[in-house]
Amino acid sequence: MENKPKKPTPSLKHNLGRHQDPAARRGNYDEVALGFNLEEAVTEAARCLGCKTKPCELACPVNIKIPEFVDLVYKEDLGAAASKIFETSLFPAICGRVCPQETYCELHCVLREKFGPVSIGRLERFTADYARKNGLITPPPCAPDTGKKVACVGSGPASLAVAAELRKLGHAVTVFEALHEFGGVLSYGIPTFRLPREVVRFEVDMLRKMGVRFLKNVLVGKALTIEELKKDFDAVYIGSGAGLPSPLGAAGEGLAGVYSSNEFLTRVNLMGAHKFPENDTPYYIGKRVVVVGGGNTAMDSARCAMRLGPESVTLLYRRTRAELPARAEEVENALEEGVKLEFLTAPVQLEGDERGRLKRVKCIRMELGLPDASGRRRPVPQDNTEFYLEADSLVVAIGQGPNPVIQQTTPGLATNKWGGIIVEEGTAKTSLDGIYAGGDVVRGGATVLLAMKDGKAAARAMHEKLSSGGGK
Amino acid sequence: MSHDIYSSEGLYRIVEKTDLSPTVSKHVIYAPLIAVKAKAGHFVILRSREGGERIPVTLVDWSPENGTVTVIIQSIGKSTTEMNAFKQGESFLDVAGPLGTPVEIKNWGTVLGVGGGVGIAELYPIARAFKEAGNEVVSILGARSKDLLILQDEMASLGRVLVTTDDGSAGRKGLVTDAMKELYAAGEKIDAIFTIGPIVMMKFVAEASRPHGTPTFASLNPIMLDGTGMCGGCRVEIAGKPKFACVDGPMFDAHQTNFDQLTKRTAAYRESEKESLERYTKDHKCRIGLH
Repeated sequence: MENKPKKPTPSLKHNLGRHQDPAARRGNYDEVALGFNLEEAVTEAARCLGCKTKPCELACPVNIKIPEFVDLVYKEDLGAAASKIFETSLFPAICGRVCPQETYCELHCVLREKFGPVSIGRLERFTADYARKNGLITPPPCAPDTGKKVACVGSGPASLAVAAELRKLGHAVTVFEALHEFGGVLSYGIPTFRLPREVVRFEVDMLRKMGVRFLKNVLVGKALTIEELKKDFDAVYIGSGAGLPSPLGAAGEGLAGVYSSNEFLTRVNLMGAHKFPENDTPYYIGKRVVVVGGGNTAMDSARCAMRLGPESVTLLYRRTRAELPARAEEVENALEEGVKLEFLTAPVQLEGDERGRLKRVKCIRMELGLPDASGRRRPVPQDNTEFYLEADSLVVAIGQGPNPVIQQTTPGLATNKWGGIIVEEGTAKTSLDGIYAGGDVVRGGATVLLAMKDGKAAARAMHEKLSSGGGK
Repeated sequence: MSHDIYSSEGLYRIVEKTDLSPTVSKHVIYAPLIAVKAKAGHFVILRSREGGERIPVTLVDWSPENGTVTVIIQSIGKSTTEMNAFKQGESFLDVAGPLGTPVEIKNWGTVLGVGGGVGIAELYPIARAFKEAGNEVVSILGARSKDLLILQDEMASLGRVLVTTDDGSAGRKGLVTDAMKELYAAGEKIDAIFTIGPIVMMKFVAEASRPHGTPTFASLNPIMLDGTGMCGGCRVEIAGKPKFACVDGPMFDAHQTNFDQLTKRTAAYRESEKESLERYTKDHKCRIGLH
């Protein structure tokens, strides 16, 4: 690169990367954030001060060697930069896209207050994409076979992290997935306009090349029980996620046109229903879509619905914009794409036509009262504020509980009152010997990055047990 | 012969295919993990190819020795028509299972099985399990016409069989509920009823048995997507509460089932289903004479 800025030059403009135009992207499922080109990446990398104290790295849940990889990007050695990231995380193209960096690494960047933080997430993503597209990625070497066998249940971020770590340490790993694609929420939940599927497939394929075995269409708890897996494997990791949709609890939820966010997103993201009839799975949204909830899943649902071409998509949230749990970037994107937000509003009744299809939604207004147990101000229903919204379909995105199938079919597995598996802090051990768990099945609906962090921690504990002759 | 249930080699290959009628085919599929675990009342989710949809189908039979499971599919839309066009030796892309909660098999005394159309195939393994558990099994098999009756001999091997057809081309002309009412009128002992078939048929079976207080169970067939309990697309209302048919069922107390809601929910994609089938039959010369 000619006229390369000297490093460090922190005062260069903080670059957030290019984005697809809102008008154009409403009509497609292509990625919204277009990221950096090489020149933009090198220029952004030039801003990094290379702090000796590395506050960014300490804040990263999987402790990616941030100043070192950013320096390698600056030196335009992208293969080495990718390898540097691989030392602690095998999923940079995924994390670089879906991790909320503003609350982790970038929040702690020393440049943040004065100049804006180094765009670490965008640089991580650029490194992974560039290295992938240019064939610069070689799977990391694995230690000699230890003869120990590990089963990972679920193929979402938690299990993938466990599989990656344990395989590198020489253990034989088999991943069991109930669906026909691997990746868990990375495949069925997060839309392609935030996470292209070739990225997920590439990172899963890399684990395959390292020797991890992947079996699809196996619902553990039904097709195979944890007790059966325990007979054939030295250790079992349960990363089955939080895939149990929370119902709205309003009358009329059985009407056609009423979807859980899981169903709606699975139809589009996993089954490709947006390409019906080219793909066989249909969807029904009608002219007016209502989405209930305020998290990333609600934003994903609303933005997916918008791309199916209805007249309107309205998102109902019972608190105010200040309390929205979704990432600020996703809320901005949703608004740019034409999603309408109705705050302090909750649906109380769903009404249908004679064919049993949703027709309108009875709503009430709320006001914020005193803080509840979660510390957020509780929404309080206001009398005489009922009004109706015409709606052809409604997506319920108010949260998910832990998948219950394994808990119901595994005697002796301790769970909390929400059905989450109870684990020992730090070691991920469950109440059953040799059985570990992590990610959303322990935490309830959390984030991809916390699931990966859980997986890494569990892998360390499992390795220790396996190496000490333990396991079974 | 032993099968490695952790291997994906040869999975989902159709080792035997038989056409039972112009629109109904039997597929014997290599799926050893499912074969060793299958119980009466379990189902599988099938997917034919990339871009295909996920379709729930009840298991009719299974052989742990051969590592195979058997399903019977009726061509009623695009995906089922396409699946029935598969030849022996070809493979399904995905077969997930066994799914659902198996039917509780116990000794009721006399069990009446009521099957309609392709539901007879799904009734068969359940009736067989009740027979093996010491029950006396009586069956009522209904179909639109003679050529849509399947597994009559297999059902007859389990006990007495009464046949009804809409057009009178086999057995007695009329509905399965007519035969039920006759059994009740004759004072026959019926301790439990298990019914599988079209929703409207199961609804009327439930209504026919309700005044007699006979425990009655129906295998519900809502639209399913994942079949693993993560989406709730298959939710049905049982005793006023939502249940997921894919994990809690598919067999439920028929007297507590909201059949009207089930009927409306299964019609949700009717236009899309029609469009998909029309597009498919236009592109493919129709082999089975549906059009």
